[in-house]
Amino acid sequence: MSEGLEIGIDRTRCNGHALCAELLPELIRVDDWGYPIIAAGTVPEHLLEHARRVVARCPVLALRLRRSSTQGLH
Amino acid sequence: MSGPGLLDGRDLRTGAESLREHESRLGPLPPARPDLIKTIERSGLLGRGGASFPVGAKWRSVAGRPSGSAVVLTNGSEGEPLSRKDQVLMECRPHLVLDGAFLAAGAVGADRVFLYLGEDHPTAVAAMTRALGERPSSQRRRVQVRLGPQGYVTGEESAAVNFVNTGVAAPTSIPPRPFERGVAGQPTVVQNVESLAHAALIARRGDDWFRSQGRDGSAGTVLLTIGGAVHRPGVLEVPAGITVAEVLSLAGGASGSVSAALVGGYFGSWVEASRARELRLDAHSLHAGGNPLGCGVLWLLPATSSPVGVTARIMRYLAGESASQCGPCYFGLQALADACERIAGGHSNGGDLDRLCRWCSHVSGRGACRHPDGAVTFLRSALRVFEAEFSAAVNEGGSLGVRS
Repeated sequence: MSEGLEIGIDRTRCNGHALCAELLPELIRVDDWGYPIIAAGTVPEHLLEHARRVVARCPVLALRLRRSSTQGLH
Repeated sequence: MSGPGLLDGRDLRTGAESLREHESRLGPLPPARPDLIKTIERSGLLGRGGASFPVGAKWRSVAGRPSGSAVVLTNGSEGEPLSRKDQVLMECRPHLVLDGAFLAAGAVGADRVFLYLGEDHPTAVAAMTRALGERPSSQRRRVQVRLGPQGYVTGEESAAVNFVNTGVAAPTSIPPRPFERGVAGQPTVVQNVESLAHAALIARRGDDWFRSQGRDGSAGTVLLTIGGAVHRPGVLEVPAGITVAEVLSLAGGASGSVSAALVGGYFGSWVEASRARELRLDAHSLHAGGNPLGCGVLWLLPATSSPVGVTARIMRYLAGESASQCGPCYFGLQALADACERIAGGHSNGGDLDRLCRWCSHVSGRGACRHPDGAVTFLRSALRVFEAEFSAAVNEGGSLGVRS
């Protein structure tokens, strides 16, 4: 069974370091001001390990992996 | 002017109704009946803070918590500059608001009530505080008054809770939402003062009565703030489902030629004048039609005003009211406001219209709260309704040969 996880972001914590976009360009790019735009939806199986790494490496711990059914952070 | 419900009773110009007048007119506070939530649900009462969320559903979520106590946060902060209806309600009928707060507390099993008011609304604060002082001590001691700072987003539900918890009136990331975890980590009903006032009448008169107050299937009455190009700006209570045209005539008619109406305030959207008059002020149909009722502001733009200039001014205000917590909101709204001002000032070219579109999609949905979304909705409606004026302003800039 796939886990159905998606990347959630606490926008009040994010400071636009954009390390996440560097590490996971398949899912994350930056806007005109350097803040991450995260692709919506569940993380593909083959990118899950990368996603976990990106969550762990965020300098301000703004990212989280959460079950797809939960609303809220984006 | 008095209406059929909330604003019944003494002339609004004579100030607050006392507890004695309130009780002799309406009877005492009804006891907290277990079926009150069902009555509120059946009434169709929608929240009047801007989101139009069903009040009964919110109370039921909090009442349905597995364990522990709960909190009621009465939201009277009214941050929308064009809106006066909450202030008028608190200044003139404070006991309706207090009744509603105590009824909500009884219905959801909350032992504490917070009155969240605006420090920039001293008349309303004085009226509510005085009214609280008239209540019996068994009610008074459950209530704490909190004065939040002036600010557009300070009345957002998570900002209100955050202020009570930490003294900072900034929105917080969700989840959890206040109904799950709010003041002191407890499930919290954050409810607009008008919503609570309606509940206070529904508890006495029933859900059928409330439904019957509306027109053509709409439920209840609504407080509106009418402003702009009308002869008698101010707060009116009207049946839900009434048309804009009828509301206009209640407000003495337009004071000149009108190019558009702003429905819902700065968090709302523009409607061209030709479409505005026939709009029914019903939350459901307005939402379906793309012009949500929001906090009930109806503001008429005079044909003598520049729509581009007015839009730029409001965008600058909204940019300045960002809580500055989230990059896309903080930077994005400033960029949008800058571009609008360039266009309004004739210093732009076609590049700015493309930028506005791109930035709108980069900003919306990318903050912790809905402030950037509201600003984008407002701007997109301006670009649609005033497309010709924006194009003309841009061409004027381009014809001057000015770089963008």
